[in-house]
Amino acid sequence: MTKQTDSVKWMTIGESGLTVILAATVFLSIIAAAKAEDAAYAFHVTLAGFASLASVFVILNRYFERGALPPQEIDGRPNYNFGPIKFAAVASVFWGIAGFTVGLLIAMQLAWPDLNFNLPWTSFGRLRPLHTSAVVFAFGGNVLIATSFFVVQKTCRTRLAGDLAPWFVVLGYNFFIVIAGTGYLLGVTQSKEYAEPEWYADLWLTIVWVTYLLVFLMTLVKRKEPHIFVANWFYLAFIITIAVLHLGNNPALPVSVFGSKSYVAWAGVQDAMFQWWYGHNAVGFFLTAGFLAIMYYFIPKRAERPVYSYRLSIVHFWAIIFLYIWAGPHHLHYSALPDWTQTLGMTFSIMLWMPSWGGMINGLMTLSGAWDKLRTDPVLRMLVVSVAFYGMATFEGPLMSIKVVNSLSHYTDWTIGHVHSGALGWVGFVSFGALYCLVPWLWNRKQLYSLKLVEWHFWIATLGIVLYISAMWVSGILQGLMWRAYTSLGFLEYSFIESVEAMHPFYIIRAAGGGLFLIGALIMAWNLWMTVRVGEAEEGALSSPGATLQPAE
Amino acid sequence: MSFWSRHQIFEKNSIVLIVGIIPVIAIGGIVEIAPLFYLKSTIEAVEGMRPYTPLELAGRNVYVREGCYLCHSQMVRPLRDEVERYGHYSLAAESMYDHPFQWGSKRTGPDLARVGAKYSDEWHVTHLSNPRAIVPQSVMPSYKFLAETPVSTENVADHLRTNRAVGVPYTDDQITNAVADLKIQADPDNGDTDALLKRYPKSVARNFDGKPGLPTEMDALVAYLQMLGTLVDFKLYNEKANLR
Repeated sequence: MTKQTDSVKWMTIGESGLTVILAATVFLSIIAAAKAEDAAYAFHVTLAGFASLASVFVILNRYFERGALPPQEIDGRPNYNFGPIKFAAVASVFWGIAGFTVGLLIAMQLAWPDLNFNLPWTSFGRLRPLHTSAVVFAFGGNVLIATSFFVVQKTCRTRLAGDLAPWFVVLGYNFFIVIAGTGYLLGVTQSKEYAEPEWYADLWLTIVWVTYLLVFLMTLVKRKEPHIFVANWFYLAFIITIAVLHLGNNPALPVSVFGSKSYVAWAGVQDAMFQWWYGHNAVGFFLTAGFLAIMYYFIPKRAERPVYSYRLSIVHFWAIIFLYIWAGPHHLHYSALPDWTQTLGMTFSIMLWMPSWGGMINGLMTLSGAWDKLRTDPVLRMLVVSVAFYGMATFEGPLMSIKVVNSLSHYTDWTIGHVHSGALGWVGFVSFGALYCLVPWLWNRKQLYSLKLVEWHFWIATLGIVLYISAMWVSGILQGLMWRAYTSLGFLEYSFIESVEAMHPFYIIRAAGGGLFLIGALIMAWNLWMTVRVGEAEEGALSSPGATLQPAE
Repeated sequence: MSFWSRHQIFEKNSIVLIVGIIPVIAIGGIVEIAPLFYLKSTIEAVEGMRPYTPLELAGRNVYVREGCYLCHSQMVRPLRDEVERYGHYSLAAESMYDHPFQWGSKRTGPDLARVGAKYSDEWHVTHLSNPRAIVPQSVMPSYKFLAETPVSTENVADHLRTNRAVGVPYTDDQITNAVADLKIQADPDNGDTDALLKRYPKSVARNFDGKPGLPTEMDALVAYLQMLGTLVDFKLYNEKANLR
């Protein structure tokens, strides 16, 4: 691999193959743009054409400029591939801020509807999927790709598999985000929550995701460690399950291959079940299993302690991936879904409490002997508080999945509050913590630009979350109680619009909470930027994390 | 100790780990989803359900496009207050031709499963154009632009054909007359609506947006809203036969 004759430089199969495929894509995009039946489709295939053309140039340029391919090892140490990870880390910060900003805007729209501006592409109905996709898939997804590529290399002590493939995954995934996001603004949507992108974006994501799986798996296959570290089990389960969910929920038939509109294969009650099997496990595997992998690597690393219990890790892993997949029907309580399915979903949702808290305990107890660091290290504090929020949200979830509780909470803001205690508290904080660790490691910096700014980020964001979720608890329960309130004469006490009116103050508090969370993220962006720009270089190359990781045993 | 060390087979071979993961994550979905396709009790036996008229379908597509489902559910639960507020609880049969379903998950606004025929067309048009003109406390966005956007008549038949391919029982007759049906439903004064009514029983032909000429997206959306929940006659619905 490292030996190469000086005179002849061959294109790799990846380089030549990708160049041919991308060139063909340019050609097909031109045809599709010419025959496009709607403006959004024309816009998207044009984007695809330009992106393919640019990629062809980049690949060819790299080929002419490069010498031999980067070696697998330098001086007997793995030559880690950090380029794609750096890109994903930057992208996650960018998309995070974009997603939080749109979230703040739609929160304010609910308080002050004039902010919809009477335009199609600024109305709540189009911006809400933009918000959810930007925070879940763009921010969260890039964090997952960045950390998974980092963790799998470090814990396998080997360079990431593939030469162009990791770049294809990172750039291809972000191109999917651009297609999905612009599509929402233009009214291109399947209307399936968290799976709104239309058929062509879904097909593209399938290709990218399979490549992601292959890169991750091949890196595991060529590892230099005998054991696969526990974080990688979670990453692997997350990647596989998301592929299965995506394929199960999205089969659709386009009205025309030159148009954006399609009709999904499933109908009515079956479609609802497919959707919430997908939807709940987008939470369970994308937002939980993937981020638990982050917990299992970054908390031990930052605390410089081993994972609390190896056996608990095993039980946690298998129990959580087995139980989560059943929980979907709790989104459909008292609906036209058959009762047996609802009951099954509720039962498993309650059982899910156990592995969730098992995982939380495993994460928190990893701090045994290092609790004092919570006082001095705000990054570790952020990671630990994220696990505490995880524990809170995974207690609230099973509670809300009980049918009698759900009859009150469903359709109300309580659900929104529950989601955000998980999303802001758990996913947000664990991601911020991971980014605060990752950026100095990737750019070879001694430490963060400022720990004081991390303190500010932590407290401002925590205050924001508290405002957000308590406002939603009050408004949600109030809403639910108003809908079912009866007068002493047996009439419904409130009209629907009275419940809308009652929400107003809480919507303002919620927007304020979201605003604080956004300010925290802006502080983080500044801090990370300054870390890269003016941070002091770490002595000695490639010596990112100090201690080496022990395999889980 | 032997039990725990056996787990090493998963930790030392990535392919074995994958082979372990796949059945564990697959089983729950299979048990919960597959029976819904063959258990007859999943979808109630009712009379009156029919595919959407071309205009209603176009309206439904506007409903999907604008993300109405993000604030309005279409699923009345069998709870006392909901049945009193909205009407009979929703049946699975009522959404059996819905690709995709629109049950929703949040009620920032009220449920719409049975909004059909509750308000006048004029109420809907005014409300969609300027919600706060009718309901001052409303937080709904304005959809004025719908009244200015004509419904595309180009590939109406293709939409019906695609629906048929995924299982909606559109007839050849309905597909052939798709464009004519679309136009006549929003402009009944300029043609014969008997054929439309025959192809789509209980369909209502009116100039929904009150403006002459080709149907607008406002016509389509109001036509869709006005038919929601009106197809099944609950005086004839046999609740006991459909207990499950």
